[in-house]
Amino acid sequence: MNDVETETFLRFDNVKKSYDQKNLVVKGFDMQVKEGEFITLLGPSGSGKTTVLMMLAGFESVTSGDIVIRGKSINKTAPNKRNIGMVFQNYALFPHMSVAENLAYPLSVRKMPKAKIKERVAHYLSLVELSEFGNRRPGQLSGGQKQRVALARAMIFEPMLILMDEPLGALDKNLREQMQFEITRLHKKLGFTVIYVTHDQTEALSMSSRIAVFNDGVVQQCAPPSELYERPINAFVADFIGENNFIPGKITSVRDGKATVHTDGGDVVTQVSEGLPASGSCRVSIRPEKLFIHPTTHAHDNALKVRFTTRIYVGDFIRYYFALPDGTDIIVKVLNDLSAPEFEEGEEAQLLWLATDCIAFA
Amino acid sequence: MTSAAQALRTQRNKALPIGGDTHDIMTNSINTLNKEDAANAAREVRKRRLQAFLFVVPLLVFLVFAFVAPITTMLYRSIHNPTVANLVPDTLILLEDWSGEGMPDDSVLLQFAADMKRMANDRTSGQLADEINRALPGMSSVTKSTARALRRVEDEDIAANGATILLEANKRWAEAATWRAIRDAGPIYTSSYYLTAVDLERDRDGGIVQRDTQIYVKLYTKTLKMAVIITVLTMVLGYPLAFFMAHASSALANFLMVFVLLPFWTSLLVRTTSWIALLQAGGVVNSTLMWLGVTDEPIELLYNEFSTILAMTHILLPFMVLPLYAVMRGIDNSYMRAAISMGSSPLAAWYRIYLPMSLPGLSAGALLVFIISIGYYITPALVGGTDGQMISNIIAFHMQVSNNWELAAALGSLLLVLIVLLYWLFDRFVGTDNLKLG
Ligand SMILES: Nc1ncnc2c1ncn2[C@@H]1O[C@H](COP(=O)(O)OP(=O)(O)OP(=O)(O)O)[C@@H](O)[C@H]1O
Ligand SMILES: [Mg+2]
Repeated sequence: MNDVETETFLRFDNVKKSYDQKNLVVKGFDMQVKEGEFITLLGPSGSGKTTVLMMLAGFESVTSGDIVIRGKSINKTAPNKRNIGMVFQNYALFPHMSVAENLAYPLSVRKMPKAKIKERVAHYLSLVELSEFGNRRPGQLSGGQKQRVALARAMIFEPMLILMDEPLGALDKNLREQMQFEITRLHKKLGFTVIYVTHDQTEALSMSSRIAVFNDGVVQQCAPPSELYERPINAFVADFIGENNFIPGKITSVRDGKATVHTDGGDVVTQVSEGLPASGSCRVSIRPEKLFIHPTTHAHDNALKVRFTTRIYVGDFIRYYFALPDGTDIIVKVLNDLSAPEFEEGEEAQLLWLATDCIAFA
Repeated sequence: MTSAAQALRTQRNKALPIGGDTHDIMTNSINTLNKEDAANAAREVRKRRLQAFLFVVPLLVFLVFAFVAPITTMLYRSIHNPTVANLVPDTLILLEDWSGEGMPDDSVLLQFAADMKRMANDRTSGQLADEINRALPGMSSVTKSTARALRRVEDEDIAANGATILLEANKRWAEAATWRAIRDAGPIYTSSYYLTAVDLERDRDGGIVQRDTQIYVKLYTKTLKMAVIITVLTMVLGYPLAFFMAHASSALANFLMVFVLLPFWTSLLVRTTSWIALLQAGGVVNSTLMWLGVTDEPIELLYNEFSTILAMTHILLPFMVLPLYAVMRGIDNSYMRAAISMGSSPLAAWYRIYLPMSLPGLSAGALLVFIISIGYYITPALVGGTDGQMISNIIAFHMQVSNNWELAAALGSLLLVLIVLLYWLFDRFVGTDNLKLG
């Protein structure tokens, strides 16, 4: 217990926020962050991610609860005393200063000697591979370069914590992936703690140590990416992270952490989510890439009768659309290789999968 | 082995300029326009030019008639004064031989008496009276009375002893200074109005010396000083207001904007006279002060520099607030937040980040307010008294009261030059690229 306490670097204790003194925008946010972790806040628009970040940075007051860093509450600490670096979606580079002056700003505020500032700026410029750009104005940089400057500026004063609010939101797909790689590289190299906000779940999955899925001001689940993806705690998380099929059915029995569910396409055995009742209706959640089309060599213990609707050629894989008798759509992803089968419209097919790959939600 | 082969290949490529040339020729024939294309492109350009021209024609016409023409006339008028030359041309020719000391020849006096009689009959002697009077105060009545006296004299009498009659009419015709004044007023083109406008004049030998009465330089200085004070005051009042509005919710900002714009919607005269109602001896401010017992007697708040500055600051405030607001509205609050998150205190962040970013608005506002206030007329005229007069009031005085249009034109031209000079300095040191007028 004591170990856990000392290891916790940042803690949110039942943090709540209301802007209008009537409605809570953040409703009891709890989280513990270890030093060096890369935490992503993921959630739909308006779920309160930015609000949490702003409370942490000190630009919004905390309505109730506590934000604790290294055992000390920072609720009353002025934002300029918190030593937290920030990267903004619009970069917020100072347009009237050169790139080098932008990087020097936090250091000159700390009254660091000139020679040392120069050295450190040069070091960080090389770190983000912009050594030749020190004398440029931000207006003369491309989007990705600006983002790297913003990143370097947030890191250069070696804050204990760096917050990023959708830092890659304005970049196109290629640059985005490049910058994701860049951020991960720097995080590994320098070992700072990151709280990262994004809309983009692939970004979240590929970069984070842990992801906190937000909905409506509440954290639905906070877990490492694989756990979040493989074992979502509820239907919202299952649906929000990645693609998902939901097969409606009725629970017939629950035993040893497995449930048998009667669906329109036959009985299936599934894992059980927390708080699933012993009877009544439920939804069986299964990822499109965990489903296989009969015949297959893959191991399986569930089978479902469906009808083929259509298939969409995506490139590296093919997306098959099937329908249950009750009209529920089911998507299957199949690698684009020789095994990809052909169907007539309305043709019957059988989908197969492992019981451990699906889970029933109430 | 492979790399050697590659090197060889690149070398061969470099050594084969012919290939490159053929390539160039090919792209040239594709990339350049043929005759028909060129004609089409030229027609397109002509059409676009014509369109652009038609769009600016109204502005151009307006500019020429309402701005360029009057200002050119004004500039011309300030150096061109043919009145005296037209009235007494022959006298002036005869005066050319005069040394300037002692009395001119009798022939001059004779000619002048004849001219005088003609002017008396034409009723143009008043014009001459005005002109001489400007150089030599008191000559107006002398000239007019002499003209009256000469009107009744027969032409033969004047031809015979015009000089004596002239000297009998008034003894000032016997003074050399009078004749110098006439001679000096003779040239059609003169710099004398500009000299007067900067409190200088020519002495007897044609050297430039200070005038006895120093008016205009002092007035220019005072005008500049007042304009600076007004600009600084609008900055001090306008900056925080614009800042607050720019970062308030848009409903509140729009509401406040109504109050900023309110002065624009009321007549300038109403706004200025409302200050009279507030500040006069029995006005709101004085009665309140006396009722509070702060003072026993009404304080002189009106008809001085103070009231002019106060009223003009109020009237010109929107010109400061609007460009500032426009610029500040575009400054995302993430800039300040970024600076603060890096450890800057809010005040330091404002000074190093926000102020430079809002500078285009500030300088645009300052330039507007300064230039408008330097040439402001109505408010100082109404609430300025004698103390609060500015240069435009004296220009108006010379146009309306003393009828000295040439001097008014010279003063106005100097004002124009001053403004252009200040704008140039501004451009030099602040840069007009930085200017944002909304
Ligand atoms: N300054 C504010 N005043 C009042 N309400 C606000 C303010 N900022 C945010 N909100 C409200 O709080 C809720 C959460 O906003 P927040 O910006 O934290 O969402 P978010 O998760 O960051 O959304 P997005 O992904 O779109 O950026 C929203 O309903 C929003 O309308
Ligand atoms: Mg947000």
